[in-house]
Amino acid sequence: MSHRIKAFLALLTVALPLTAFSQDTLTLPAPPQEVQAFDTPNDNGHSIAIRWKLSADDGAGANSVTMYEILRAESPEGEFVSRGVVAAGTSTYDDRGDKNTNRPNYFPSGTNFYYKIRAKAGELSSDSEVAGPASAKGQWYHTGKTVVLIFMGIFMIFVLIFIRQAQKGKELYVRPIGGIAAVDEAIGRATEMGRPILYVMGLGAPNDIASIASYTILSRIAKKTAEYQTPILVPCNDPIMMSIAQETVRTAYLDAGRPDAYKEENIYFVTSMQFAYVAAVNGIMLREKTATNFYLGKFFAESLILAETGSIAGSIQISGTDEVAQIPFFVAATDYTLIGEELYAASAYLGREPLLLGTLKAQDWAKGLIMVLLIGGALAATLHWDFFVKLFSVKV
Amino acid sequence: MAFYEKLMGLDRRWVYLSVGIAVLIPFFIPFDVPVYTTPEVKAVYDFVESLKEGEVLFLAIDYDPNAMAELHPTARVIMRQAFSQNVKLVISALSQNGPGMAEQLISEISKEFGKKSGIDYCYLGYKPYPGITILAMGQDFRIPFPSDYYGVPLDSMPMMRRIKNYDDVKAVIDVTGTNAIDFWLVNANARYKVKLAAAVTGVMAADYYPYLQSGQLFGLLSGLKGASEYEVLANQKGFAFSGMRIQTIAHIVVILFIVIGNIGFFISRTQRKK
Amino acid sequence: MRQQLPLTIIFVIGVFMALQYFVPHQSSEFIYEYALDWVIIIGVFAMALGLWSLFLVHFAKIQKKSAGWGYSTIAILGLVYMLIAGALWGIEEGSPFMKIFWYIYTPIQATMFALLAFYIASAAYRAFRVRNILSTILLSAALLLMLRLIPIGPLSGPIQDIDRWILGVPNLAAKRAIIIGVGLGIVATAIKVVLGIERSYLGKD
Repeated sequence: MSHRIKAFLALLTVALPLTAFSQDTLTLPAPPQEVQAFDTPNDNGHSIAIRWKLSADDGAGANSVTMYEILRAESPEGEFVSRGVVAAGTSTYDDRGDKNTNRPNYFPSGTNFYYKIRAKAGELSSDSEVAGPASAKGQWYHTGKTVVLIFMGIFMIFVLIFIRQAQKGKELYVRPIGGIAAVDEAIGRATEMGRPILYVMGLGAPNDIASIASYTILSRIAKKTAEYQTPILVPCNDPIMMSIAQETVRTAYLDAGRPDAYKEENIYFVTSMQFAYVAAVNGIMLREKTATNFYLGKFFAESLILAETGSIAGSIQISGTDEVAQIPFFVAATDYTLIGEELYAASAYLGREPLLLGTLKAQDWAKGLIMVLLIGGALAATLHWDFFVKLFSVKV
Repeated sequence: MAFYEKLMGLDRRWVYLSVGIAVLIPFFIPFDVPVYTTPEVKAVYDFVESLKEGEVLFLAIDYDPNAMAELHPTARVIMRQAFSQNVKLVISALSQNGPGMAEQLISEISKEFGKKSGIDYCYLGYKPYPGITILAMGQDFRIPFPSDYYGVPLDSMPMMRRIKNYDDVKAVIDVTGTNAIDFWLVNANARYKVKLAAAVTGVMAADYYPYLQSGQLFGLLSGLKGASEYEVLANQKGFAFSGMRIQTIAHIVVILFIVIGNIGFFISRTQRKK
Repeated sequence: MRQQLPLTIIFVIGVFMALQYFVPHQSSEFIYEYALDWVIIIGVFAMALGLWSLFLVHFAKIQKKSAGWGYSTIAILGLVYMLIAGALWGIEEGSPFMKIFWYIYTPIQATMFALLAFYIASAAYRAFRVRNILSTILLSAALLLMLRLIPIGPLSGPIQDIDRWILGVPNLAAKRAIIIGVGLGIVATAIKVVLGIERSYLGKD
């Protein structure tokens, strides 16, 4: 065999396998399709949403795509920078950033961006078409919360209707609640025994609705204690609550025509520490031998300690909280318990003012509406009427 | 006084004495109590077990020293499980008296596993108004916590360079004896869609089953029992597991007193009918 | 004016914060975060008010040597010590502040919490009587849930299942009902405060 033929055969022996190998390496994964980039809806204007159709090689074939990389540039021909990576099978990504200009991940609002998606299969990758321009804009209304707005509106309408009816003098029926009916009896007992009343507003923050309900009830009870000349002790867990309680009680005494009987030192801040506060209140109960204890507000683990100590001291106890976990303890250990919203309603019961009663009736009607919707929802779920569920979904 | 009247009206000091003795007995006669694991505890264990090395878990230690007995074992066992898998931890302590106690626990366990602050974990510390803090962390941890508990800026920590907010953590596990869990549910899970599990005191647990059912919580540990179940699953039988025997005896005593009270009540009713 | 100004502020801010929930725009977020910062600032100033009130009440008791004035002395001394110790020697581990925290405050806190174990026993003994149907249901549910924590051999499994049903079905139903009522109550109370229908907390001259 001539040297030339030998050289040619040797070349073939080496080159053929190489050709076969490089053919496999040149098969790139299929690129993602139909890439869309648009302003993320219902946000503060620092996010762009990117959607795409999965690569044909996603989870299939030898060139199985393992991840997608999201790339962004400020022009279609510009330098594309990676913004994130998602696993195979994912076809959505929200490119988000900070709203503060001095943060490293600041995302400018109103700037046009262009996106492409890179499908990666090991070392190989292929890019989609460039999508854009898209710019982030803040929205002035969150469409996903429309259901909440509608219900708020319906509730406001109920409130206005019933307040109007109450103001016109219509008698609004509200069911009797044992705990509220017992308030007069409890205050009378303390007056007869010549012992003070203890009012505990709980451990909530001043802006908690239970705390607000508590100091509105305090004003009614303080007015009665002013009329009966029974001392009322209000140890407070929060300094702001203390200021509000002092103002509330002072006004109640003023309304009762007994401003001179008001003693500011009876309403004081103890401590904001939970069990230190409980220890202090227990001490007051046992030393002052309070005849009546009111526990109205937000309570936690200390509820039973307070109630049992009051029981040891022989006090009549009326409690009320919206903390569901503490309600059983109050039910077991106190004489009367206001459960959940009964605490919020108590102020209306005690004052019997038309405006407050009107709001209470509105709550009842709103509850009726919710009951109807619950039954409808249960039926819809049973019959697989998905549109009903979708109608009431809220996208935060 | 008739016997049944005595049964109904026992001086509460006898009750306290009996409970006191019942709690002391297991210290002198140690024995093991079988612990049955519940699906809600297993869900949390399985989730932490599934985390890969380098992934980030947010552990919120939101309780005061008064809830330490019930909740410390939970925080301890979860932290040990996470560190043993080289999972990174971001830790907060949004309870007023909790930060020092949490710091002690973190120091103890990080030393045990050779973990370093800023590299393997970041302890953010305490900020008042947990609701506002949790909300702000949804945007960026640096808003309420520009630096960690030790005063080190978050931006200077290697671990925190790629961690901005809840999007960068796999889940939040809130260990709490306060209403902080309510803020986590509303401000983190509902608003920012971060996966959330809770470890609460036994008293609070009944309150949070609705959230477990609705999927807002993916797991729930209830007091010392939950901690003991987790210890059994993680094969780290410790304080919680041994605490179950004390809890068992105390419960038996309470049940006995309820039965005694009702026996007296039934007899007195029968006598009155006669 | 004393009432009008706070009522106006409450109305404006109340309506704004209610509407802010529906406005995701950055400017609305900015005002919301600014308002939240102010809550913290007001809280800090209020704490100063509270400390002053605490000091005055106890000091008055000490001066008049009223009943329990010894405890007031301890309260004031504790307050002053923690303030000075924290300011002078810091609050790191091993500092005088932390020593008092760990060796006095923490055990006392734990003791108070431990009282619950005894009080639950006495409350259960007093309250869980078969007086009527409702109290019987309460008693049965309480007994079943307590039995869950006691290993009673082959019965433990069925009791766990019953307890899971109790916690997951009737407990859940009752809790959801209370939550719905509480939610409506919250909205109603907020409306009453924002619209100035409920204004007893404002006081008057």
